[in-house]
Amino acid sequence: MHELSIAMSIVEMAQEEGERRGVQVNAVHLKLGALSGVVKEALLSSYEMACADTPLQGSRLIFEEVPVVVFCPTCQAQRTLGSVQWFCCSECGTPTSEIVQGKELEVTALEIQ
Amino acid sequence: MNPEPRLVEVRKNVLKQNDFVARALRDRFRSAGVSVISLVSSPGSGKTAFLEKTLTLLRPNYRVAALVGDLATENDAVRLARSQAAVKQITTGTLCHLEAAMVDKALEQWQDLSQLDFLFIENVGNLVCPSSYDLGEDLRLVLISVTEGEDKPLKYPTIFNSADVAIVTKVDLADAVEFNWEAAYSNIQAVRPGMRVFRVSAKTGEGMEEYLGFLRGRLAELRQAATV
Repeated sequence: MHELSIAMSIVEMAQEEGERRGVQVNAVHLKLGALSGVVKEALLSSYEMACADTPLQGSRLIFEEVPVVVFCPTCQAQRTLGSVQWFCCSECGTPTSEIVQGKELEVTALEIQ
Repeated sequence: MNPEPRLVEVRKNVLKQNDFVARALRDRFRSAGVSVISLVSSPGSGKTAFLEKTLTLLRPNYRVAALVGDLATENDAVRLARSQAAVKQITTGTLCHLEAAMVDKALEQWQDLSQLDFLFIENVGNLVCPSSYDLGEDLRLVLISVTEGEDKPLKYPTIFNSADVAIVTKVDLADAVEFNWEAAYSNIQAVRPGMRVFRVSAKTGEGMEEYLGFLRGRLAELRQAATV
């Protein structure tokens, strides 16, 4: 359960950014990869705790969930993975561990006022 | 009146602080010519026994040291010290994983890393949280014991994708627990195609020589790359 420390980093990051711009942050947009190692539900409840008694209190965490995309050496193309239990090309079935995206854990935008 | 809400782009990696420290560690390890190998697994998969055996077998010919992470107690460090290698415990308190800054801090007393050939980092027993944190290691081993069942890779694909090599431990118990090697191997390959897998027993020594040969080769490669 490392989601609380991750939530605290997110809140800290958003708070700094809000203060730097002299604005109030209403929502934080987060890109969350399926292979980030972070569980969305756990992060969501941790976020609420991490926001308590900070200027971010009452703000929302908005997820953009990123599926795993791999590179297929046979098709020479990027393919979205059907399941993280099966790393292979969704078209031709070639096994591949070349991950193009899916490990993201990134604050992409802030909704400010 | 309050202005209308609007969206501003930020684009910041949440773990950038950890990644930054990990990158600095990796540079430091490379320039010192030390091969740094971390171990992740669930609790009770035999990490400490495997590491103790590794240190004991390497020590006559190599300069080895280990950092060992645990929530509490220094029991593992005491066990590993029996190998006569330099061992340091990192007690994480309530934290379920090691972070790069903890490794950095633990190395404060070991400034001259060029005095080492291999440095091992044993993570806290956990197959979830350590996957998000780069420790600057050259190689990450994920361990599963035959007593855990063959489907661990399917349950924890993320940790398998953060690791480079899989080690199946306690193979001396394989028959007793009716471990299905083919199923385990194909599950590992399903979540991480091409992943190298070693089968070992720290108790009987089975498979250790092949694995140590791999580590020796890795060290030679690392030093070769440094001189180019």
